[in-house]
Amino acid sequence: MRIAVCWALVLLTTFAACGDGGEGDDSDALRVGLVFDIGGRGDKSFNDSAYRGLQRAVEELGIESDYLEPAEGADRETGLREYASRRFDLVIGVGFMFSDDIVKMAREFGDTYFACVDFTVSYDNDGSARALPPNLVGLKFREEEGSFLAGAAAALVSDSGIIGFVGGMDVPLIHKFEAGYRAGARHVRPATQVLAAYAGVTANAFKDPAKGKELGNSMYGRGADVIFHASGTTGFGVFEAAREHGKLAIGVDSDQYDEAPGHILTSMVKDVDVAVLETIRRVHAGEFQGGIQEFGLREGGVHIVRDERNRDLIDDAVFERTQALADSIARGLIHVPKE
Amino acid sequence: MEVTALLVASTLRIAVPYVFAAVGGFYSERSGVVNIALEGMLLTGGFACVLAAWGAESAGVNGTAAAWLGVVAAAAAGTALGALHALLCVRYGADQIISGLGINLLAAGGTKFLLTLAFGSSANSSRIAGIPTWEIPWLSDWSVTRVLFCTPLVLLAGAVVVVSHLVSRRTPFGLRLHAVGEHPEAAHSLGIRVARLRWKGVMLSGALAALGGAWLALEQHQFTAGMSSGRGFIALAALIFGKWTPRGAALACLLFGFAEAVQIQLQGSRIGVPSQFLQMLPYVVTMIALAGVIGRSRPPAALGRALEP
Repeated sequence: MRIAVCWALVLLTTFAACGDGGEGDDSDALRVGLVFDIGGRGDKSFNDSAYRGLQRAVEELGIESDYLEPAEGADRETGLREYASRRFDLVIGVGFMFSDDIVKMAREFGDTYFACVDFTVSYDNDGSARALPPNLVGLKFREEEGSFLAGAAAALVSDSGIIGFVGGMDVPLIHKFEAGYRAGARHVRPATQVLAAYAGVTANAFKDPAKGKELGNSMYGRGADVIFHASGTTGFGVFEAAREHGKLAIGVDSDQYDEAPGHILTSMVKDVDVAVLETIRRVHAGEFQGGIQEFGLREGGVHIVRDERNRDLIDDAVFERTQALADSIARGLIHVPKE
Repeated sequence: MEVTALLVASTLRIAVPYVFAAVGGFYSERSGVVNIALEGMLLTGGFACVLAAWGAESAGVNGTAAAWLGVVAAAAAGTALGALHALLCVRYGADQIISGLGINLLAAGGTKFLLTLAFGSSANSSRIAGIPTWEIPWLSDWSVTRVLFCTPLVLLAGAVVVVSHLVSRRTPFGLRLHAVGEHPEAAHSLGIRVARLRWKGVMLSGALAALGGAWLALEQHQFTAGMSSGRGFIALAALIFGKWTPRGAALACLLFGFAEAVQIQLQGSRIGVPSQFLQMLPYVVTMIALAGVIGRSRPPAALGRALEP
């Protein structure tokens, strides 16, 4: 009896949840489904940015869209499968955590296009990159290029010549930020000392502000006067340390000025919206191309923020210098290392 | 000297949430109820604290008073979660691990849902004032004494350890708690109301763990989704490491905190050790300790066993 009641409850909630998902695909509009990463909508970061791209596609291209926020620890495959089996034209996974599942789904649903933001290429045992299914595009950002500009700005405004970097999870994706940041700092001031640390080796490292604050305290305590973070909400702890020490920090992924006004030198923004919109536009125009697609300074995929709010922190000379560097990188005159 | 002081101060700050949660775990587990829900209780405590403090601030209450109100709200929310755990495990005899897991999932999803509802963001809440450090001549000038004697919640954590130690050894409540966790049937035959005692233990556990969450949130002046980041499980390890005693658990928490603080200090200073090794430090310390240094750690005999109806 009890089991029957439990079953009834589970089935009821499932149906309630699927209630609005039953519509057929008789309309001609392109249908795009987006599955968010942990954090979901309202993360003030790349999930929100991806959503902005989706919204712009709805307005500019007249597509139909839907999105899902997977629960904590839920497997991502389910969300992707949901849209693919409802015959959506394009299914987008936001975040590198989707990389494995989305390859599997793309193989299974050959008629559907898939896109993965921050896609991580996996390698065979012999070290060669695994080929992507033709209906999958991996969207990658050259974060190292934006980080290069952040590093240059940090080194130029630093009084002590010591700057810091706080990474979230200790993985290659985050190492790119560190590598670019170091290179940028050394490019403009070769003597700059860069302190670097990571919050952890699990996904928790992206949501541990207490750890971020201790890392920040430790670096500011050792003389750093600017810290760049690439660590999700762990970075809010770095900002908190910046407030307490009266020092500066650099935001990541989106403009984070509001998290600690007066202490955010700039932010290294990944324009996920640009990549999402561009991908939808291609599918819409019937020009979908599989494989890896990179967004760097040349493609308008990354930039550092300067507006009226941080104008006092980052003066004209510094900003013009970073823009000149951005131009050189876009034209291929400066090569930015990834590790 | 300066580096040592920073290290000690950092150790203390890191250990605070562990201490609250581990001592909380003591009350639950000593009564015979496994409490892996400490993680969810920490998280919920942090959220309740910020929500109440923010609400009070919006209503015009002074920042510090609002933060203290938040601390009380955290304890209340933790007590409620403890009551839920007790309801499932003590009243209905549900599997204690499953119940704990359920509460952790509820806390993770629930706080995020309410965060979005109250603050319109799935990432973080609005900013609250928090509890300022007391400015006391001499004491607040040096980083170690500043953390140890001038930070109200650190003092509270210390008091919780001392009081729990005394309660555990010297009071009828503490001794009965032990009896109920070791041999509930024998305790019952002596006229102890086993179920009621377990309810108390589990609820107290929730309240204390939630204070750890309040500390996390107040230190950041905000709540961020998932900010407990596995600390409840570390606290549980500390409790086992400390042989299920408040004093032992607190010392274990300090050791974990120290290992983490060392790791943080070493990472920034280029000593050529890969960061993965440094990240392992707290866990390696735990394993070495569990593997023999402390000797056998014996759980309460009836831990995890539901009461016969």
